[in-house]
Amino acid sequence: MVPGVRRVVITGLGVFASTGKDVESFFSSLINARSGVRRITQWDPSSLTIQIAAEVPDYLPTDYFPPKRLDLLDRFTQFGLLAARQAMESSGIEVAEEEKPRFGVVMGSGMGGAETFDRGYFNLYARNETRLHPFTIPKIMHNAVTSQICMEYGAQGPSMAISTACSSAGHAIGEAFHLIKFGIADVMLAGGSDAPITYGMIRSWESVRVLAPGDGDPSRACRPFSADREGMVMGEGAGVFLLEEFEHARRRGAKVYAEVAGFGMSSDASHITQPSVIGPARAIRMSLEEAAVNPDQVDYINAHGTGTRLNDAIETQVIKEVFKNHARRVAISSTKSMHGHAMGATGAIELAGTVMALERGVIPPTANYTKPDPECDLDYVPNQAREKPVRVAISNSFAFGGLNAVLLVRRLE
Amino acid sequence: MSIADKVIEIITREQHFEPGVVKPESTFAELGIDSLDGVNILFALEQEFKIDIPDSVAQNMRSVSQVVDALTRVMEGKDVSDLVAMAKGENSAPSS
Repeated sequence: MVPGVRRVVITGLGVFASTGKDVESFFSSLINARSGVRRITQWDPSSLTIQIAAEVPDYLPTDYFPPKRLDLLDRFTQFGLLAARQAMESSGIEVAEEEKPRFGVVMGSGMGGAETFDRGYFNLYARNETRLHPFTIPKIMHNAVTSQICMEYGAQGPSMAISTACSSAGHAIGEAFHLIKFGIADVMLAGGSDAPITYGMIRSWESVRVLAPGDGDPSRACRPFSADREGMVMGEGAGVFLLEEFEHARRRGAKVYAEVAGFGMSSDASHITQPSVIGPARAIRMSLEEAAVNPDQVDYINAHGTGTRLNDAIETQVIKEVFKNHARRVAISSTKSMHGHAMGATGAIELAGTVMALERGVIPPTANYTKPDPECDLDYVPNQAREKPVRVAISNSFAFGGLNAVLLVRRLE
Repeated sequence: MSIADKVIEIITREQHFEPGVVKPESTFAELGIDSLDGVNILFALEQEFKIDIPDSVAQNMRSVSQVVDALTRVMEGKDVSDLVAMAKGENSAPSS
């Protein structure tokens, strides 16, 4: 440990996802390779080409929020609040009044209040209404979830929303980590949330031609790194972490789940949708350097692993480029095979799986893996969870737009 | 149903109040209705009565009786210039 350098630990976490509405059930689904992908139920998807998604099942907002509060909460904000509550509760923290100016919130969201947008524009364009509901703006803005969490917990410190598509949560957690590390805050709630399963959004993604059709059994639709992969599956949900300066956590005797030790970020600056090798590779290296970890010390890589032809082949090249010979030994898995691609939330949901892998010594598998692809020839922990001590792990997020975020977590020894 | 009864019904519904909380003499301050609640109530009133309430008039609605008075006058096409003039003297619009 370097004297004078502030360390940052995870002392609380929360997940609200298709594969579980709390951390235990979420992780149990992952290690049992249970998928949350099914036919869309929020509305009738019959007219769509793609009719499946990883929806949060049986979700009734009034089970969690009073009606007056709900008026101002888009679905993505509800998910974020629910995950934040779990993170606060699991941490056991009580932030004193005088500490609140050094307690902040950073949340990522790719799409913001998509449902509110969709409904509002339907009224405007299809039903020819001349005005939109006055709560439209406070519900759709990307920072709505950040602000609502701040209000719920009186977090008065540095707070913001980050939107970098699929990397939003990775960047949000990384920024929060640095705010604590560099002395700007002591306690942060950070993660991501998104609820992009709307008619307009699925139509938009359909036209990019990256969604898996899911004919037959939807739960097998997303098959990352498998030779027969057909694309990604849209997901939704939220993941939130309580990050805390290590001495602050130690003083109050907090349980530490993991240390956030490195954060790498980069921009491909090359193509708006197509990933590069060099950009993601730089982000991984940056995370390793910050944590002073050698590539061969990494036990587990939670891959971006969307399940598209291009992403999985390129991510495999990226891992080979950075890890050299160790690339063949390191365990790699994509849990998107189960919880889908939850957009701006996905990095946080995946980091929750990664932190639990450290905590429990069990690596969640890549579900639905059927056959090897010559372009994806590494160890993707196919279909079955693996018991293995994990000391150091990274979680990759490589976004549309070429903006990459890599988080490195390790067990606190 | 009178305009007053309808206004009370709408405020009760939009604020998720129990019946009986909103009275003809209630002020928005007493009811804890903030600026954002206010625009929501205005929106509901405009939808219900199928009218446009000018921003300048809306700014002066801070009690149930003021709402009923302004609504009645807007609906009957009466002069609301005194309300506009009052509103111009002060600014209670929500800040951005």
